[in-house]
Amino acid sequence: MNTVTTPQHLPDPPKPATRHFRAEKFDFWSFFFSGLTGLATLFILGILATILLNILVNGWSAISWHFVSTIPKKDFFDAKTTGVLPMIVGTSFRVIVMTIFVIPVGVITAIYLTEYAPNTSIITRIIRAAVNNLAGVPSIVFGLFGLGFFINFVGKNLDLVLNNTNAVWGQPALLWASLTLAVMTLPVVIVATEESLKAIPPGLREASLALGATKLETILRVVLPQALPGIMTGGILAVSRAAGEVAPILFTGVAYYMASLPTHLSDQFMDLGYHVFVLSTQSPNIDQTRPILYATVLVLLFLTFALNLVAILIRARVRKKLRALG
Amino acid sequence: MGIQRGHQARPGEWLAEKFIFLVSLSAILMVLLIFLFVAREALPVFFGQTNTALVQTPIPPDELEKHSPAELQAYLGVTPDQYAKMKPAMLRDLMEVKVEEQNDIPDDFRNDPDARINTTEWKYLLRAHQWTDYHKPEYIWQPVGQIQKYNIIPLVVGTLKVTLVGLLFAVPLAVGAAIYVSQLARPRLREILKPAIELLSGIPSVVVGFFALIVMATVLQSLFHYQTRLNALVAGLALGFAVIPVIFSIAEDALTSVPRAYTQAALALGASRWQTAWQIVLPAALPGVFAATVLGFGRAIGETMIVLMVCSASVMSWSVFDSARSITTTIAAEMAEAVSGGPHYRILFMLGALLFAATFVSNMIGDFVIHRFKQKLEGKR
Repeated sequence: MNTVTTPQHLPDPPKPATRHFRAEKFDFWSFFFSGLTGLATLFILGILATILLNILVNGWSAISWHFVSTIPKKDFFDAKTTGVLPMIVGTSFRVIVMTIFVIPVGVITAIYLTEYAPNTSIITRIIRAAVNNLAGVPSIVFGLFGLGFFINFVGKNLDLVLNNTNAVWGQPALLWASLTLAVMTLPVVIVATEESLKAIPPGLREASLALGATKLETILRVVLPQALPGIMTGGILAVSRAAGEVAPILFTGVAYYMASLPTHLSDQFMDLGYHVFVLSTQSPNIDQTRPILYATVLVLLFLTFALNLVAILIRARVRKKLRALG
Repeated sequence: MGIQRGHQARPGEWLAEKFIFLVSLSAILMVLLIFLFVAREALPVFFGQTNTALVQTPIPPDELEKHSPAELQAYLGVTPDQYAKMKPAMLRDLMEVKVEEQNDIPDDFRNDPDARINTTEWKYLLRAHQWTDYHKPEYIWQPVGQIQKYNIIPLVVGTLKVTLVGLLFAVPLAVGAAIYVSQLARPRLREILKPAIELLSGIPSVVVGFFALIVMATVLQSLFHYQTRLNALVAGLALGFAVIPVIFSIAEDALTSVPRAYTQAALALGASRWQTAWQIVLPAALPGVFAATVLGFGRAIGETMIVLMVCSASVMSWSVFDSARSITTTIAAEMAEAVSGGPHYRILFMLGALLFAATFVSNMIGDFVIHRFKQKLEGKR
């Protein structure tokens, strides 16, 4: 362009017509309230950041390999000799056993709800209502349920049938804690799996059916492989939720102290979340306990939060896919 | 249609379908089992079959045959199941133990009218009673000691107090953030903000409780200079942290599902983005926001570890600067000490059943409102 030769005295060329048909008038109250909601968002993120940073900074300085890999003595409030190995093992065990029970049941229920269930039938609506309700039952009520059903009913009768003289199953145990958690996390798995099943284009199913596959074959060979990321999300979310829960295991399996690692499903176990509770409420000297408390919280948060982050990222991708479809 | 023809042509397929259907019923089964088994342990309280009166008229073991089984069950504090399994000789032994127990009661209790009261009657569970050495009728939860006092009103008040503080804190923040994220933020920002806020739900409640106990309690006390360091305010605010992601998710979902035509029409008429969000989208999504609050309430009254760690003394007071003991806390803290099958144990299960009923109702209301809301938006009503 020959801008250099443009005469200086000519008026500016008229501006091109704007694409804004609406006059952008500044409205103070709109600005004020928009800002307020923005601040609310910021505040929530601030809380999140404060909690995480506080734990990360204080926990990082207190954590060590020795701490993570030591079985503590009876007096686990002593910062020098304590460790959290049995708690890590206990929490992992109960979560793994839980996964074995909850994933198949949750996935099959989700398959029924999306692939088979007639949408309007009463039974489908009752199942959905039950799933929603299960998600809202307070965690402590699951603990009571575990005590009343698994231990006092199933366990005691199992002991009678097996002729155990001492209570083997009719007492708090790893298995009962895991089963209680499995009942609690069932809705998490169902909802996540259902979401991912719905995101699969119907065309895939129709193509498979048109090629002569049966409905079951279509589900097993076409639908499920596609839904795998979503099922994994559900599993991870369930694991991260269960790993941090303390209330359901209070009466169903957790131990205040155990000298050895749990080796059998009927053993009690130590638990990270419960240990955080014990350290922060029963400590004889909270100032001395604080470093190990922070370190324990950091380990727990690593187990639950890191998993959660992964799940949320996968879920965001699944949702994007879902939105793109319709 | 495959089901009708299929079971002859492909029995395997037919069986698998039936199996899938049966497994999917497990969610219903679990809800029923939870209700059944929590209520089962609490039934004696509902039917008035427990008796905590310290001083009872002793029945001599020789008079075993003169009394009906029901009388004896109540007298000995055994369930019908246990009673049916006992042989007469064992019953006699139990009755002798009971007589000895009665003889061992200190004299000052023998003259105390409170010692003759069955404190698990509904009258004493719900209404104020003037206990010996108290100057006026009071609501007291004190399950240990010779005379156990099981008034549940302080626990209900404690639960509501903490829950209300939590909701007053969480609802404006969560709904405000939901409006911002769904209506005002740019799409790219929204993609980041939504999962970030939902991350808050990934923090275990025991960690939130720990943070409230170790950090927040101290900070808040130095800000407001109140007496009790661990009070309902701290617990309520911490509870708010746990409830925010619940309310946010549901409210954001409801706001987003308002048809874009509403928003575009308002903007075309010259409304600002805020005016559209506040006057068009929010009213349209109001049932969803209401449901979010109700579901948040259900989550808050059921939250255990936060309140358990932050405050636990049961005092009958509505002040947020006093301590509070919620129903969940009571169950969590006392179940380990309660004798299995005893009155304390039964009352704790009764509290659990109440809690279950309360959350059941609030979940039902929340889900129903959301269901209607979605149907209305889809024009299916």
